[in-house]
Amino acid sequence: MLIPTFIGVTLVAFFFIRLLPGDPILLLAGERGISAERYAELQHSFGFDKPVIIQYLNYLMGLFHGEFGMSMVTRRPVWDEFFSLFPATLELSFVAIIIAVLVGIPAGVIAAVKRGSFFDHSVMTGALIGYSMPIFWWALLAIIVFSGWLQWTPVSGRISVMYFFEPVTGFMLIDSLLSDQSGAFGSTISHLILPSIVLATIPMAVIARQTRSAMLEVLGEDYVRTAQAKGLSKLRIVGMHALRNALIPVVTTIGLQVGVLMAGAILTETIFSWPGIGKWMVDSISRRDYQVVQGGLLMIAMLVMVVNLVVDLLYGLINPRIRHR
Amino acid sequence: MKLLTKALAATALAAVLSTTAQAKTLVYCSEGSPEGFTPALYTSGTTFDASSHTIFNKLVEFERGSTNVVPGLAESWDVSEDGLEYTFHLRKGVKFHTTKDFTPSRDFNADDVIFSFMRQKDPNHPFNKVSGGTYEYFGGMSMDSLIKDIVKVDDYTVKFVLSQVEAPFIANMAMDFASIASAEYAAQVEKTGNLDMFDQNPVGTGPFQLVAYQKDAVIRFKAFADYWGGKAAIDDLIFAITPDASVRYQKLKAGECDVMPYPNPADIESMKADPNINMMEQAGLNVGYLAYNNENDKFKDVRVRKALNMAINKNAILDAVFQGAGQVAKNPIPPTMWSYNDKVVDDAYDPEAAKKLLAEAGVTDMKTNIWAMPVQRPYNPNARRMAEMIQADWKAVGVDAEIVSYEWGEYLKRSGTGEHETLLMGWTGDNGDPDNFLYVLLGCDAVKSGSNRARWCNKEFDDLLVKAKQTTDVAERTKLYEEAQVVFKREAPWATIAHSVVFMPISSKVQNYKIDPFGGHIFYGVDIDK
Repeated sequence: MLIPTFIGVTLVAFFFIRLLPGDPILLLAGERGISAERYAELQHSFGFDKPVIIQYLNYLMGLFHGEFGMSMVTRRPVWDEFFSLFPATLELSFVAIIIAVLVGIPAGVIAAVKRGSFFDHSVMTGALIGYSMPIFWWALLAIIVFSGWLQWTPVSGRISVMYFFEPVTGFMLIDSLLSDQSGAFGSTISHLILPSIVLATIPMAVIARQTRSAMLEVLGEDYVRTAQAKGLSKLRIVGMHALRNALIPVVTTIGLQVGVLMAGAILTETIFSWPGIGKWMVDSISRRDYQVVQGGLLMIAMLVMVVNLVVDLLYGLINPRIRHR
Repeated sequence: MKLLTKALAATALAAVLSTTAQAKTLVYCSEGSPEGFTPALYTSGTTFDASSHTIFNKLVEFERGSTNVVPGLAESWDVSEDGLEYTFHLRKGVKFHTTKDFTPSRDFNADDVIFSFMRQKDPNHPFNKVSGGTYEYFGGMSMDSLIKDIVKVDDYTVKFVLSQVEAPFIANMAMDFASIASAEYAAQVEKTGNLDMFDQNPVGTGPFQLVAYQKDAVIRFKAFADYWGGKAAIDDLIFAITPDASVRYQKLKAGECDVMPYPNPADIESMKADPNINMMEQAGLNVGYLAYNNENDKFKDVRVRKALNMAINKNAILDAVFQGAGQVAKNPIPPTMWSYNDKVVDDAYDPEAAKKLLAEAGVTDMKTNIWAMPVQRPYNPNARRMAEMIQADWKAVGVDAEIVSYEWGEYLKRSGTGEHETLLMGWTGDNGDPDNFLYVLLGCDAVKSGSNRARWCNKEFDDLLVKAKQTTDVAERTKLYEEAQVVFKREAPWATIAHSVVFMPISSKVQNYKIDPFGGHIFYGVDIDK
């Protein structure tokens, strides 16, 4: 399945960006305009003078040789740019999904167990608000309240600009520890709090709702009644028997949230000046930097495929009956 | 072993940091990442802030805060009688930066000048194709055809031979693309074979040298101790890349940055009220205008153009679109530019007179369109809104206009070939020379190239411009341009709408900051209290 999907993604990435109106060379030139000769020269240098299908085949050939092309704007290899920015996105998404899971699942479980209670209503209302809130608005609000008024957290960035060390892994949490500079790790944590909470908001809401409904379904099953009849403690019934079965749809949801995180990262990264791939992709789309959009989409798609694979494997871990033979 | 080295390096760095704790650091919340560090390859102001305004010098420079050309790496220059030869006398004892890749063995000399220009001019130059090799400004200012030859007279004298008399040449030489790089560094890089490194790890003579760059995060510079103009007052200059204007404002308030560009118009009032923020403002070197397509029969009669001009309420546009951050334009060049003709009288807002003039021209039930740009620019922060207001104003005098918009690239392409009837557009000056507005936007040649979007070719006007190009006497040129502005107003190929006002909120700790009329952000000469 991976190879046809891969080819499909290259097709979509390659042709969709070209369907958008707007000529990248004219965009580069702007108000100043460009002479016809210079235009032809640039078309040739980017290979746009060849038929689109040949361009696509060349692109595909390049991919098989590990060539993702060059950014038209910065003239740097797409691969290099992606890997210099990707750790930042991964770090933020990882912390966000951890927060979403650690808060979302317990909230959903408790809401299901105490169905109809004040807690249940509060969680469900909170989840609805969290789910429907526009991220950019929520991010700005969080900055104004927590960084502006209360001054608990810094406004934006990954670390205070006063700390300076060469990136080793690209993950600031690790690099700041390796740097041996006192306060660097603390600064990293404080910079991570707001963006990760903002990015976690939607997945948290979805996970909480999904957990609650899955739990409610499972709690009505016969075997739960049997367990209750056997006199098992409530904690054991909910934690061991019910939750384990309720987790299947929840894990699926978490897997699907990876895509949502990528979409959310675009806004979160722009607002919090987070140097990740979200902002990079948006800039490239508006500049019609074809190579970057193609390469970026392809790598994000591969990432989502890998996550889906991991989710499939997790099913087997949670419920042995699903294990492939 | 590797870990040990790392630990040692970290300790050493920590030691350096603690000894320089008293160093003066200025943090600038810049709006985006530079495209690269070689100014000649790019056209955006964001890139120039991080390269030509910090790392590099030019032979001649713009005096900080003005459009006057002053000596840079050339101490002086002479122009030959026929205006075709410019001889630059270079400054002696100018040092290049020492970086981890390069230690200069000699001072700046004529070889560096020839290298920097020939890279852009000569397609067979070993560095011409490096990093994409597009030199948009060099080509855009016609330097490739203008410069016939560059001659090294001796180590400290370089002669530029031009193919025609071109008075704005000296102003062009102060532009960002004319930054001087090290030929010695280029030769060293060439030996390694990795030519791209030359543009990624730049070496210049400028007041700051690059320490580190992390895309979309931060650019670090340190003051160059051996700078020929004297070391900068600040020791470390940090660009904290912050794309969102509201977030930049929050960072400025929280003390996370000292200077921020491009505030939201809505925030300006509260910034002015903040005692910790010093709000600077200055007229921008730009113009926002509405161009009539003069090749279209509807606009061939000057009375129609005049009438439509008189129907537009510019003051209302300034309030609604610029939120006060602008001033009404009456000439095609901004008032801060030399030769601005203040005696020109604008077409006053008078819908009744406009109606009469239209009737006189025999125009009834006129239908047209207004093209609105899809992008924000300082000279037009909201083209859609502006178009709507003009639409309403014209409606009041009986002219129906439909608003049209395209994606930006498409907009430029279609308007370049004259598909529009009227369109909103604007221009920001490149070199402070009136020629850069008048000839580029309204000259007859520019109809062909597409940048004359009024598609207006007036012999009287064009002759004045050509004559002004061919004399280097500024007083003479001033007279010619003043006259040209009178012709412009009489013929009304555009409705001149506004010049923007540039706002720069800076921390009250920052001293001697000057707003650059070209829209750049320059930190040499700036100091900060710590």
